[in-house]
Amino acid sequence: MADQTLPIAGTVDVTPRRRSTATLLEWLHGWVVTVDHKRLGILYLVYGIFFLLVAGAEAIAIRIQLAWPGMHFLSPELYNEMFTMHGTTMVFLVGMTIIFGFANYLVPLMIGARDMAFPRLNAFSFWMSAFGGLLLYYSFIGGFGLYGMGAAPDVGWWAYAPLTARAFSPGHATDYWALALIVAGFGTLGTAINVIATTLSMRCRGMSLLRMPLFVWLMLVVSGLTLITITPLTAAQIMLVIDRYLGGHFFDTQAGGSAVVWMHFFWIFGHPEVYVLVMPAFGIASEIIPVFSRKAIFGYPAMVAASVGIAFVSLGVWAHHMFTVGMTSVGNAFFVLSTMLVGIPTGIKIFNWVATVWGGKIRFATPMLFCLGFLFQFLIAGLTGIMLSVAPWNWQLHNSYFVIAHFHYVLVGAIVFNIFAGIYYWYPKVTGRMLSETLGKWHFWLFLIGFHLTFDTMHFVGILGMPRSIYTYEPDRGWNHLNLIISLGGMIQGIAVLIFALNLVHSYFKGKMAGNDPWDAWTLEWAVPSPPPAYNFAADPVVHSRRPLWDLKHPEDPDWRYEG
Amino acid sequence: MISALALCLAVSGARAVWADAPQGTPSIFAPASTPATNIRDLSLFVLSITGGIFVVVGGLLAWAIFRYRARKTDDDSEPAQIYGSTQVELAWTVIPILIVVVLFLTTARIIFAIQDAPKPPAALEVTVVGHQFWWEFRYPKLGIVTANELHVPVSSKQDPKPTYLHLLSADVDHSFWVPQLAGKTDLIPNHPNDTWIDPLHPGLYVGQCAQFCGVEHAKMLLRVYVDPPDEFAAWVNQQKQPGVQDASVVAGRHVFETQACTNCHRITGTAAAGTFGPDLTHLASRATIASGAALNTPENLRAWIQDPDHLKPGALMPAMQLNGEQIDELVAYLNTLH
Amino acid sequence: MSAIPVSPIAEPWHLPSRGRVAMLSLITGESAIFTIFVVAYVFYIGKSLTPPYPQQVLEIPIFNTICLLSSSVTIWLAERQIERGKIRGFAAWWALTIALGMIFIVGTGMEWHKLIYLDGLTIRTNLFGTTFYSLVGLHATHVVVGLIGLTLILLFTLTGHVTEKHSERIQVFALYWHFVDAVWVVVFTVVYIVGR
Repeated sequence: MADQTLPIAGTVDVTPRRRSTATLLEWLHGWVVTVDHKRLGILYLVYGIFFLLVAGAEAIAIRIQLAWPGMHFLSPELYNEMFTMHGTTMVFLVGMTIIFGFANYLVPLMIGARDMAFPRLNAFSFWMSAFGGLLLYYSFIGGFGLYGMGAAPDVGWWAYAPLTARAFSPGHATDYWALALIVAGFGTLGTAINVIATTLSMRCRGMSLLRMPLFVWLMLVVSGLTLITITPLTAAQIMLVIDRYLGGHFFDTQAGGSAVVWMHFFWIFGHPEVYVLVMPAFGIASEIIPVFSRKAIFGYPAMVAASVGIAFVSLGVWAHHMFTVGMTSVGNAFFVLSTMLVGIPTGIKIFNWVATVWGGKIRFATPMLFCLGFLFQFLIAGLTGIMLSVAPWNWQLHNSYFVIAHFHYVLVGAIVFNIFAGIYYWYPKVTGRMLSETLGKWHFWLFLIGFHLTFDTMHFVGILGMPRSIYTYEPDRGWNHLNLIISLGGMIQGIAVLIFALNLVHSYFKGKMAGNDPWDAWTLEWAVPSPPPAYNFAADPVVHSRRPLWDLKHPEDPDWRYEG
Repeated sequence: MISALALCLAVSGARAVWADAPQGTPSIFAPASTPATNIRDLSLFVLSITGGIFVVVGGLLAWAIFRYRARKTDDDSEPAQIYGSTQVELAWTVIPILIVVVLFLTTARIIFAIQDAPKPPAALEVTVVGHQFWWEFRYPKLGIVTANELHVPVSSKQDPKPTYLHLLSADVDHSFWVPQLAGKTDLIPNHPNDTWIDPLHPGLYVGQCAQFCGVEHAKMLLRVYVDPPDEFAAWVNQQKQPGVQDASVVAGRHVFETQACTNCHRITGTAAAGTFGPDLTHLASRATIASGAALNTPENLRAWIQDPDHLKPGALMPAMQLNGEQIDELVAYLNTLH
Repeated sequence: MSAIPVSPIAEPWHLPSRGRVAMLSLITGESAIFTIFVVAYVFYIGKSLTPPYPQQVLEIPIFNTICLLSSSVTIWLAERQIERGKIRGFAAWWALTIALGMIFIVGTGMEWHKLIYLDGLTIRTNLFGTTFYSLVGLHATHVVVGLIGLTLILLFTLTGHVTEKHSERIQVFALYWHFVDAVWVVVFTVVYIVGR
């Protein structure tokens, strides 16, 4: 098999965008039966962005209710459904789907493959996840709940026992929560297996593991972590269903069962899950920051090692969510140490990104703006994480708004910012058109202001003793004006996201044509036309370094001379 | 402009969290008890370290963004490609490890100091039982049972009088959190927990349930009255008395004993011995009703009895379907229960 | 600028088989599920508030276990047969594997019948009942799924659709069956030895 030349910009016919001659039904059918990783990636992303808007609306409802004490915008029952569904939706229907959507679209392209290892499993996994989400939302109208407010889950996204027992949650709310997530979990498992098989078995010639783009590395690590992270939740939810329907006693404290065992099982899932959510965001940043600093990523091997390290250590920190349940002092101390240790590889990654930017030529296009916001915000989030890892301080901060501030700093400030960055960066590849830079900058600055108004202030209201999961609060505790500011920031973020949605739709029809490589980037997905043809690559690529297109563009100074 | 806004927020937030916050603000940085003070001191130490890290790393990043921005006058050349540096990477691995060691050792010391503090024999013992959505307080050695408002004696370094709380739950998970007195500890059924406070200044300290426990989690409020020694002794004495028997309100007492109130509530000295709801023997000595959801006034008490769901939707007390006259008599009776 | 600068890549390019990687990943995930059920079982040993207790009602299923573990041997022998293209020998060992698996399932069913009707132990009786039926039932479900797959493959073989070139796929499937047997070793030890 002789080396083939890579197609590069200008030497390949760009596939013209023809008007489709299919009927509406044929077009829809094509999307339903597709096994093409690119189409499935788009389906995941559209699904995820739709639920981002839904869960965002739930957040706005929550913030209206909390803007001032004594509001009657939401009843207590409905409020509890709102925060439960907001959390559950954001983690499972937005976070997981968008992450695996990016992975689906990009991984085969980045490793020079034509599709994922198992295209039909891919389609099956997407539809399982989609169905799980629909089942979760059907709860609003299906079955009658305890208070006639539909039966949407209202036990918190963490669903602690014994509140979830039949005795304390007699309606179907908990059942929808458990069953919908079991179903979606099978979809996630399938995609994780697919990503691992694709990454290990389908790389193009020359692409050793240490030459893969960091995004692919992070998706490989995340998929491996997912295998042993989602499955404990599935197991615990099966146990919950057995308790509720077959009279089991796993978490039945009256029969000698343990509420704490549920907590352990849930957080054995729950903590690694947040690393599953954040590490792909690291991967996106590791692709974008080098391109817009015009420099190779600093310390690639350390970045790989740190990612693997984070995955392993994250399996041993879960009980830092349980510092207040009455573990022994030695148990508490252990989890303090393990949690602080996971901060080390995470910090190393931040330093590597800063070192990448250092000495570069920074271009402030919208993707880079979001990544720079991510860097500052993730730094802060990591530091408040260290604060929370200090168990005695945690005894005050646990279940307060300080914790909500911390994890939203990660989930929004790091993950959502990087998702926006990734969409601005790869939208040209997916659609062939650029997103509007003007709308992008409006989106960025409004979202940044709203984000900080909301989540900076939240830290303070938590320090002043405001707990979470409350539909209203006492007016004489000094929390009133701070809550108003938090809610205002939420509205501003909502406006910013609407501008983003507008940008997505408007640019699809009117955006500037992108060409293969609008950002002058270096990884394989930029070697193919935008959008890529169904077969991805005209000929199987062969690579010799981590940045194959850099080698082509700089034949006098190729990367493979320097990579150790 | 954003930084000015952030600074304003930081200053107002900082002012709010310090001890000159309005009375009633349960700030974790306004401690009034040894565990809370230990936590405050530890957290200031941690904050100084994390603050330092933020200034250094954030400062470097901000500087890099400014210094290395692409300028219009630049040519098309790419900057020097730096792939890594073993010395730098080693340094920024070792230094964080050292910081972690310091933070961990400091933290472990405080964990042991608070959790494993030996219980002095003179300590006051209170058993706290969490219910949906109210607090039961039992003083086993004093023979007192009350609800929602906890009275404890003030303590001091010279004459320590800590209160040890034994935490149980009658239904789901709850959490006892009065920020100025201690960190929170959960009440988990079938899993007893213990915590302690030694309030150093008399006064009223507020808090609330901090583990989501159902519909009215938000209104499961806590009031802790820290009393000087004579006031505490007087309170104990009063609570030990059986329910006041005032002849002028015997009609109301009759309503109480014949309606289903006795299924859930107890008033010592009467036939009512229910334990599902709060003990009402000294209801009139409490400042609030419904676990802090409303002030203890005749109007509020009337509204509560008429339809608890109106005051606290989802509360587990049913509306007893009493007519106006019955409620009037009942309220008059309950108001005598000092 | 249309040719890639050549650097030394003359070595052959070998990647692991995707079927094997996928099956091992699935096994990893399934192991995590079983681990949680095993942890729950172990945690609740001795914590049942009411009888029946394990020592009173559990009989060690020696015969069942021998059958199931032998089926790992027979499936291994079947794999070796198809590697060499011996379809009839493959079918024979494969069918024997199914038979041994069926005996295990029937034996489990008989054990449960005795426990439910004779000893009064159901999933809702006490913590032992809940954790026992859940863990052993989860395993039995995986055995049944394996038997369905085995049977389908046997049918394909008997109708002449399976040849030597499917031996790699057969081995991937056999990995699943070996996993099910390995899980039984753990479940057996925890339930019938440690927990009694």
